[in-house]
Amino acid sequence: MLRPSTSLPRRGQGPLWRNPTIRALIVQAVLFLILAIFIGYLVHNTLNNLEARGIQTGFGFLEGRAGFSIPQSLIDYTSDSTYGTTFVVGLLNTLLVSALGIVAATLIGFAVGIARLSSNWLLARLATIYVEIFRNIPLLVQILFWYYAVLRALPSPRESLSLFDLFFFNVRGVVMPDPQPLAGFSATLWALLIAVVATLLFARFAKRRQAATGQALPVYWIGAAIVIGVPLIVFVASGSPLAWTLPELRGFNFRGGINILPELVALWLALSIYTAAFIAEIVRSGILSVSHGQTEAARSLSLPGAITLRKIVIPQAMRVIVPQMTSQYLNLIKNSSLATAIGYPDLVAVFAGTTLNQTGQAIEIIAMTMAVYLVISLTVSFLMNLYNARTLLKER
Amino acid sequence: MRESTFRTQMIEAREAPDQRRGISGWLRANLFNGPLNSVVSVAVIGLLAWILWPFLKWAVVDANFLGSTREDCTGSGACWVFISARFESIIYGFYPAAERWRVDIVFALMAVLVAWLAIPRLPKKRLVGLFTLVGFPIIAWFLLLGGHFGLPEVPTRAWGGLMLTLTVATVGIVGSLPLGVILALGRRSKMPFVKSVCVIFIEFWRGVPLITVLFMASVMLPLFVPGNVEFDKLLRALIGIMFFWSAYMAEVVRGGLQAIGKGQNEAGQALGLGYWQRMGLIILPQALKLVIPGIVNTFIALFKDTSLVLIIGLFDLLAIIRAGLTDSNWLGFSTEGYVFAALVFWIFCFSMSRYSQYIERRLNTSYRR
Repeated sequence: MLRPSTSLPRRGQGPLWRNPTIRALIVQAVLFLILAIFIGYLVHNTLNNLEARGIQTGFGFLEGRAGFSIPQSLIDYTSDSTYGTTFVVGLLNTLLVSALGIVAATLIGFAVGIARLSSNWLLARLATIYVEIFRNIPLLVQILFWYYAVLRALPSPRESLSLFDLFFFNVRGVVMPDPQPLAGFSATLWALLIAVVATLLFARFAKRRQAATGQALPVYWIGAAIVIGVPLIVFVASGSPLAWTLPELRGFNFRGGINILPELVALWLALSIYTAAFIAEIVRSGILSVSHGQTEAARSLSLPGAITLRKIVIPQAMRVIVPQMTSQYLNLIKNSSLATAIGYPDLVAVFAGTTLNQTGQAIEIIAMTMAVYLVISLTVSFLMNLYNARTLLKER
Repeated sequence: MRESTFRTQMIEAREAPDQRRGISGWLRANLFNGPLNSVVSVAVIGLLAWILWPFLKWAVVDANFLGSTREDCTGSGACWVFISARFESIIYGFYPAAERWRVDIVFALMAVLVAWLAIPRLPKKRLVGLFTLVGFPIIAWFLLLGGHFGLPEVPTRAWGGLMLTLTVATVGIVGSLPLGVILALGRRSKMPFVKSVCVIFIEFWRGVPLITVLFMASVMLPLFVPGNVEFDKLLRALIGIMFFWSAYMAEVVRGGLQAIGKGQNEAGQALGLGYWQRMGLIILPQALKLVIPGIVNTFIALFKDTSLVLIIGLFDLLAIIRAGLTDSNWLGFSTEGYVFAALVFWIFCFSMSRYSQYIERRLNTSYRR
């Protein structure tokens, strides 16, 4: 028989280790000690090893002369530049391929994701096959495939495949016309900037007007007309100040025009196609996540299909799509480091590859490389948290 | 809305819906239900004919499968002889031929265990799961590495091919799951120091690319241990992979932990259960079951990324095929090589992803539209 205890132990009595506050303190102190000893041990070993191998620590090596050439650089770079410059060159190349990849992956991903929901059986199946093939093959295999099996198999420059005699595809990459801005071209750029600002202001005005009067303006058409029309008029009025240098075959190679490295093309193709498969799934699940009741409610209000999609389904789907999409963009940026497998001069290939091998400053270089990716990731996730807080479902 | 609310005249009667059944009815309903869809269907059929047929012709119809040298490739299509001639090394790497039965045993044991865990009808999941996580790695370790019980030692240098790929994947999976669970629990801990250590650990590994982790493992880890200690190259890569994926696993598990109502934990407290009892008996079994699809997806990502060990000079499946491509007797077969590698990885990843979808359907018993 259960008998009520006459003397319940009071709170705070009993052995010290039963007290939750003290126990938490002890656990944390022990963890801290273990970590401190472990890290101290690693630092001790590292310093010993560095001394034994005669490696200087510190970032002084960044001032040294690099002495190697980089096939693609967005800033002025020669082999006389410093190791610090190789860091910047690699970083810019990483950002270039990431930006190109993000644009292409988004376009393909949205197209495929919407195609998967198409009522056309064949199109939906084709999109499913695309997704299932490309997201289940390692990115590295895809990069190597595009580079070695496709681009390296292209003909030599003399037998280039040509498109309208403007674009040439050969084993050394893609050659395309190079636009040369002449004096007065900046007017067009300014016109473009003003047109974009004007369109944004106009869109705000139209939104207010609709809220006040209920009358909608064709914002998209007028906006498109401003953004395209105004710079075009300025461009023509200032005498078309843009010269194109066309690529020409001289001897064994092309002169003039922009030569895009085959490594860049392969990496770009692989990154876009691979990431697009994931984006397609995100877009599809985002659209499906909007409850069917929402579309039904819109239909019972007799809203047309296009407006239902634009004003009801997409804004709610975006809440699901955007955070996942951002993490895919981050993945793409991180995955661009696979460039090193085919020798595209990105941050990892140039800085954590060649520069590391030449200087032997493993700790500093790996730390700098990791810091770049960490800063990008943390910044983007910080912005994403802000976005999430803004678009959070407001429940009343 | 531009019309007035009430109609003043009758709407014309619509045509009766198309009642045709069979193939023509299906085609009409799914492919040609409107001018736009008809155009799209024709375009897709054209695209398929343009891509698929030449590919099939290359890969199957005009291809050569049997033989031992490149002279056996007489067709105009793919030369799969390149693969079949070096099939053994693609599977076993440089593992000595006399010892390959050990690899076979490990493969077979793994297949049995995975099948046991994957098929819902088989009993004693918990016991088998525990064996897979603890017993199997030990057995596999002794069998593969050797050096005990009269088995000759096979250094990890000689490991390669599919066997190395599976080893890296298995160690990654077996190691990252428990570590991820602990990190996820730590991240939700109320102790500020424990929590911040876990958050920093997770966010660090999630913020950097795996390739820099592997670089770190191959150039920095040797600096961390006393100079006279020999640090196996494979082991270094495995440590990097395990830490990296445990961070991702932790985030998946955290999602499951958050989905479990607070009442579950409080009920456990009311019963007088301690922290580990509550977690082990109440929270984790529910949370892990919820996130099985997420865990399998992480496994798939891990499996695909094992191919990255190529960059630090380990000879996994992809690296072995790639090395074969530089063989002067076999130049010019990169398409065959990479298509085969893609196919092998695809089969593994696709079956895992189908399994995860199957589990998701099984667990999702809610009302479906």
